[in-house]
Amino acid sequence: MTRYTYYPGCTLKTTARNFELSTIASVEKMGIELVEPDRWNCCGTVHALATDDVMHQLAPIRNMIRVEELLQSGKVDNKQMVTLCAMCYNTLKRANQVFNSDSDRKKKIHDIMYREEIKYSGNVEILHLLEILKEYGWDNIKKYVKKPLQGLKVAPYYGCLLLRPRGIGIDNTDNPSILEDLIKALGAEAVDFSHKQKCCGSYHTVQMKEVVADLSYNILKQAEDAGANMVVTACPLCEYNLGPRQVQIKKQYPNFSSIPVVYFSQLMALAFGLDEKATVFEDNKPDPVPILIELGLIEE
Amino acid sequence: MMVFVVNQGFLENINIIDANSVRMSSFGSKQILRYKPGENPFKDRVNELSGENVDLCFQCGACSSGCPMTQEMDYLPSKIIRMIQLGLEEALESSTIWTCMTCFNCEVRCPRGIDIANVMEALRQIVLRKKYNRVNLDDLSPEELRELPQIAIISNQRKLTA
Repeated sequence: MTRYTYYPGCTLKTTARNFELSTIASVEKMGIELVEPDRWNCCGTVHALATDDVMHQLAPIRNMIRVEELLQSGKVDNKQMVTLCAMCYNTLKRANQVFNSDSDRKKKIHDIMYREEIKYSGNVEILHLLEILKEYGWDNIKKYVKKPLQGLKVAPYYGCLLLRPRGIGIDNTDNPSILEDLIKALGAEAVDFSHKQKCCGSYHTVQMKEVVADLSYNILKQAEDAGANMVVTACPLCEYNLGPRQVQIKKQYPNFSSIPVVYFSQLMALAFGLDEKATVFEDNKPDPVPILIELGLIEE
Repeated sequence: MMVFVVNQGFLENINIIDANSVRMSSFGSKQILRYKPGENPFKDRVNELSGENVDLCFQCGACSSGCPMTQEMDYLPSKIIRMIQLGLEEALESSTIWTCMTCFNCEVRCPRGIDIANVMEALRQIVLRKKYNRVNLDDLSPEELRELPQIAIISNQRKLTA
């Protein structure tokens, strides 16, 4: 068992519960243990871009102190922190980069957080789970596949913060392949489509749901036209905008049929032959179960 | 004294006025701007806050062509950059800066290496730091608060409030 510090973030504990449960169960099969710190706090999303902003870097840096605590007490094996949510990943990684590249802000952050017992060193490495999987090796992952996802045509949707900005993204910004590689390793077919890096509308889903529905419709339509029968994502906000927002899409585009949107970890759990407590498909809207039954991937 | 004649397609029917005191134009009164060389406090502030140099922009439009939200914007991102170069504080009144959701599509496309998302954030910050919040949590219904993922609400508040 390799033990990594795992940073969940707010949404993984509520609306994206299926993302967390499926991930923990799947990677456990692969010999990876995700250790959650006792006192994690908000990642500080979104990353504060203004050059004079110190205050909004405190929350992410405080989480990194938790990693160093775990490391000191021997509860984890390395200084890497694994995230699932693309926004947490982006915010934490960028805060770390700011901390390490801006000595002025580094000093200010240290001064403000003088009551923390550990003075953050800047050494924690922020990783998205997909990076861990890539390092683990696709061929090694194949060994755990008990039920190859044959017949499933999956459109990999990356969105924005997993790939951008340059130097932060987990894969090639223009031509990513990490989700495709995973999909293929699980025995499904990866569908190439034009909108895999287009933004879903992000937080505008709160005030401008019509606009977000427009953007999501374009993404889902492209995926469907490319022959996909499922969309896979790695971000709880993308999942919401592409999944539950289909209700709004149907109001604006009555001809739109629906296409299920799932997290990559749920497909892992399914392919690894885990039960419904690990796949947690009941939380997904629209329901991905009918198509999976149709393809003979789960029993009725 | 330098005179910046703004592209007619950009700001229509501009009347050139000859007054040293007028430095900024306003869209309503359609005046032309003039200011002394090297004097552009608005641009300087944006560059300072964003950490970018907007003067690098040569208006190729790559940012605007890749932007997924242009249909909701009154000025294209590349035009906002031009407005900053010219010292037009009207950029702060545009819908563009609030529509931008920092997806960084422009950042990876810009051939001049400008992170336009940073520039948009600088413009937002200039407004927000005067305590002009754009959204209010109280406007959301209990149903919306229950249904929306936290990440949507939190990032929305973080981006659009001071």
